[in-house]
Amino acid sequence: MVKLVKNVRPGKKMSVADIAILVFIVALSFTCIVPFLYMIALSLSSNEAIVAQKVGLWPVDFTIETYKTILSDMDMLYTLGYSIVLTIVFTVVCMFLTICAAYPLTKKRLWGRNFILSALVFTMYFSGGLIPSYILVKNLGMMNTVWSLILPGAMSVFNLIILKTFFTSLPESLEESASIDGCSDLGILLRIVLPLSLPSIATLSLFYAVDRWNGFQDALFYITKKELYPMQLKLYQIISANQQLDSQQGGEGSIGSFIVPESLKAASVMFTTVPILLIYPKLQKYFVDGVMTGAIKG
Amino acid sequence: MKAVLNSQPNQVGIKRGKLFLLRIKRDALLYALLLLPIAYIAIFKYAPIYGLIMAFQDYNIFEGIRGSEWVGLDVFRFIFEQDSFYRALKNTLVLNVLDLIAGFPAPILLAILLNEVGQARFKKITQTVLYLPHFMSWVIIGGIVYLMFSNSGMVNHFIAALGLEKIEFLSQKVPWLITYIFVGVWQNIGWGTIIYLAAITGINKELYEASDMDGCSRLRKMWHITLPGIKPTINILLILQIGRMVSIGFDRPFVMGNSLVSEYSDVISTFVYRVGISSGDFSQATAVGLFQSVVGLTLLIGANYIAKKLGEDGIW
Repeated sequence: MVKLVKNVRPGKKMSVADIAILVFIVALSFTCIVPFLYMIALSLSSNEAIVAQKVGLWPVDFTIETYKTILSDMDMLYTLGYSIVLTIVFTVVCMFLTICAAYPLTKKRLWGRNFILSALVFTMYFSGGLIPSYILVKNLGMMNTVWSLILPGAMSVFNLIILKTFFTSLPESLEESASIDGCSDLGILLRIVLPLSLPSIATLSLFYAVDRWNGFQDALFYITKKELYPMQLKLYQIISANQQLDSQQGGEGSIGSFIVPESLKAASVMFTTVPILLIYPKLQKYFVDGVMTGAIKG
Repeated sequence: MKAVLNSQPNQVGIKRGKLFLLRIKRDALLYALLLLPIAYIAIFKYAPIYGLIMAFQDYNIFEGIRGSEWVGLDVFRFIFEQDSFYRALKNTLVLNVLDLIAGFPAPILLAILLNEVGQARFKKITQTVLYLPHFMSWVIIGGIVYLMFSNSGMVNHFIAALGLEKIEFLSQKVPWLITYIFVGVWQNIGWGTIIYLAAITGINKELYEASDMDGCSRLRKMWHITLPGIKPTINILLILQIGRMVSIGFDRPFVMGNSLVSEYSDVISTFVYRVGISSGDFSQATAVGLFQSVVGLTLLIGANYIAKKLGEDGIW
C-alpha cells in the first residue's frame, strides 16, 4: 500500500509519452548547458580560429593564453576579491536587518504591529522609483562610495516576510516554556529561534548574496571610480567594448578604441560565472526550500 | 499564559494610557530591534516617495526640493507631448505582453511535465540544470547572447552549416525582439516551475488514485486534476504579473538593447536612465517614474478586483 502511494504507476513500462517527456526535458536542459560549454570553448581557442568561425563546442587551437592574460591582470583579480568581500558584507548587513525586523513582527501582542507591517508591504507595491533614489544617494554623499552598493538595498521586504513566516511556523510552546524559565525575548531569539531557523537563514543569505553578486544597475548609476567597480560592471565594460552596437547607452560603458578579442570576452564571462557555479550545486536545495516556505504560506 | 498577562493589568484597574506605556515598556526590546529596520525603510523607501514631489517642480539640484519652483502638472504635459516617451511606453507594453504570452505558461507546462517524470534522480539532476540560468546576471546572459547570436557566433555558424542564410539576431528589429523574448523564457522557465511544483505536491493524491480506477488517461488527469489544483497559484502569479505590465527591469533591456534596435529596445527604465541620469532632467524622469508606479498600482488593484469578482482568490 505504501509503495502504491509513493509510485502511482508501479511496475508499468515506459510509454511513448514518457519517453517524449524525457527527451523534451533533456533537450531543454541542454540549452542551459550548451552556452557555457561554448563560452569555455571560445575562451580556450585562439583568436584566429574564432574569427575564422571554426569554434563549436570544442576548443580549436587549444590555448590558455586568455586566462593567463586575465590572471596576470591585477585589475581583474582585485575586482574579483573586492566583489567577494562586498557580497559578504552586504549579505551580513541584510541578514542582520531582516532578522531584527522579522522577529518582533511575529509577536501578535506588539502594539503597532499591523501598522508597521502594512507600511512595509506598501513599499513592495509602490516606490519612489529610480530618480528620487538616485538623488537621495547623492544627497547622502554616498556617490562613489561602497555604501551606495550596500545600504540602498540593505533589506528586502519580500525576504523579511519569508523569514517572518518561517519564525511563525516554529512551535509556540518552545518559546513559552523558555519565557517561563526566565528567558528574555532576546535570549529566546538568540538561543531558540535562530538555531532552529538556520536553513531559512542560509537560504535568504544566498538570495541576498546572489542579488549583490549579480547586481549591475546600482553600480552603473552610483559608481564611476574604477577601483569600486563590482565584477558585473567590469564585465559589462569588457563585453560592450568595440561592440559598436552600444551607442544607445551613451558610450560611457565602452573602452574607446581598445579592442577586446572574443576569447577574452568569453573568458571574462566564465570568470564571473565560476564563483556561482562553484557554490550553486551544493546550495540549490536551500533555494528551493526557501521559495517553498514563502510560496505555500505567504 | 498570554491571557493571564493581558487580563492582569485590567483587574488592577490601570488606566488606558498607563496600560499603553506598560505595553511599550514590556516590549521595549522588540521595539529596539525594530529601530534599525524602520529607519532603513523610512530613509531608503519612504524618502524617495517624498522625492516624487520633484515631478511637480522644476527641480534644481542646488536648491533641492524645498527651494525648487513649483510648476504643477507642466512636467507631465511636456512628457505626454514627447514621441520618445510614447515609444518607450509602447515598447514596454509590447515586451511585457509578449513576455506574458510566451513566458507565463511555459513554467506551468514544464512543471506539469516534470511532475510526470517518475525517476527521482533524473528529475533532480535536470531541475538543478534548469534552475541555473536564473542565477546568472543579465550582464553574463547578455555577454553570452552577444557571443552566441552575433554574425560570427555559434548559432549563425550552425544556420550557415545547414545551408540557410544567416540571421542578424542582434541588429534587426524583429529577430532581436524574438531573441529578447526567447532568452527571457529560457532564463525563467526552470526557476518558475518551483512554485507550481510546490502547489502540485499539495494536491490530494486520492484524486489521482480515484481517476486511475476510473481509467482516466494521463491528459485528462492533467486537465481535470493537476491544472485545477494549481489554479489559485496561477491566479496569484498572473495578478502580480499584470501589475507589472508597465514596469520593466533595467538590466535586461539595457544589456540586450543596442542603437540599431532602439526602436524596439528603448523602454521606460532605459528612458528614465537616459533622461534622468545621463541628461540630468530629474523632474521629467521622476514624472515618468511616478506615472509608471501609479499605473502599475492601478493595474494590480484592478486585476485583483476582477479576480475576486470572478470568484477566485486575490492577493489581498
